Amino acid sequence: MIEISNVSKWYGTFQVLKDCSTRVDKGEVVVVCGPSGSGKSTLIKCVNALEPFQKGEVVVDGISVGAPGTDLPKLRSRVGMVFQHFELFPHLSIMENLTLGQIRVLHRGEEESRDKGMKLLERVGLREQAAKFPGQLSGGQQQRVAIARALAMDPLCMLFDEPTSALDPEMINEVLDVMVELAHEGMTMMCVTHEMGFARKVAKRVIFMDRGEIVEDATKDDFFGKPRSERAQQFLSKILHN
Amino acid sequence: MQFRWEWEVFLRDTGGGETYLDWMISAWGWTLTVSACSWVVAVLAGSVVGTLRTTPSAWLGRLANAWVELFRNVPLLVQIFIWYHVIPSLYKPLQEVPSFILVVLALGFFTSARIAEQVRAGIQSLPRGQREAGLAMGLTLAQTYRFVLLPMAFRIVIPPLTSESMNIIKNSAVAFAVSISELTMFAMQAQEETSRGIEVYLAVTGLYMATAFAVNRVMAFFEARLRVPGYVGSDH
Repeated sequence: MIEISNVSKWYGTFQVLKDCSTRVDKGEVVVVCGPSGSGKSTLIKCVNALEPFQKGEVVVDGISVGAPGTDLPKLRSRVGMVFQHFELFPHLSIMENLTLGQIRVLHRGEEESRDKGMKLLERVGLREQAAKFPGQLSGGQQQRVAIARALAMDPLCMLFDEPTSALDPEMINEVLDVMVELAHEGMTMMCVTHEMGFARKVAKRVIFMDRGEIVEDATKDDFFGKPRSERAQQFLSKILHN
Repeated sequence: MQFRWEWEVFLRDTGGGETYLDWMISAWGWTLTVSACSWVVAVLAGSVVGTLRTTPSAWLGRLANAWVELFRNVPLLVQIFIWYHVIPSLYKPLQEVPSFILVVLALGFFTSARIAEQVRAGIQSLPRGQREAGLAMGLTLAQTYRFVLLPMAFRIVIPPLTSESMNIIKNSAVAFAVSISELTMFAMQAQEETSRGIEVYLAVTGLYMATAFAVNRVMAFFEARLRVPGYVGSDH
């Protein structure tokens, strides 16, 4: 579903991604972790071309993201994305947040879009909030709306960029529960997160990045059992003992 | 010698079959017309130019930057004379264009440079993630501006836009320089003809103030109407 091959990226002379290669197969959940500044978010944003890259190739569902002729809006509409800071559109109601893409990108009818939006709000437990505005919801609720907004486009796969790191601790689980449910339904997911409980529960593989490199790309059991690199071991011992 | 008010001056005949009051009202109409037309030009051009300065295209950004620098680095009065004297002699067809249009363009473009900067600041004050979220759902860049960035950016810039709208009314006074019969032109001529400068200028001042204040109220109405529920800085 997602194939990342030898991707390198520079900001000026500073290299933020170094020859990164990995893949996410259909129905797989892959967790990407690593210290801040290691390039995790940059890598995941290369998948839907929010970040351009200078070398290598990213292929999503058979389409090369970096190729000059690629219809990026079309490709992006099939890749759901959830951001650290939710990024709901503050001037639109919750329902309008959910219907905007359906109407403007997928050209669905107004009523069909609202029906779909309502079903998804129900699913994330926020049916009653449809008429409210993002600023009137808690962080956890906003992030659940953001997940529903991405799902409204019927994506082939979902990207999560630290979806819980801007949340108060008591709200993390309500978001993780939605993500776990999604994983169990067979959604293809690439998640940048430090929630190792989530990784243990649903991830097939864990990727560890450091200084722009993929240092470790292992199955979940291998990663938590015996990470090969010293950096990954140190990182794990730090975040698990907190 | 004690000063005597002589407000009856406004009822005097100008010699052309109308009173000075009639003349002042029609001059006020010219002020409003020049201001309103310039405002439309300024908001349209300013929005486009300000938006272009935030797009990823480098050469469009430079073009917009050049626009802003061109129109804000030259005094307004000089710009009006350039539109009136210089450009028509370089480009003959413009000699047919009424000076009203030239003034509207001069004042509109001058103000557009300032509005462009405000619009740019409004767009740039939005979190980077808003643009990314719009693009990530498959909106084109144009759609992302239309549905995501500009609706918020315009709400943010309503306060400076209010000042700018009031400025346009006051700046329209320079139109007297190219013989538009607006309020300032009226004041200068009426005081010369009647020697009642004090009454004339006080009346004109009152009209300018009332007009600018009315604009302020209209903008405040829109600001309240467009307030986003729950958004930081709004009341509820």
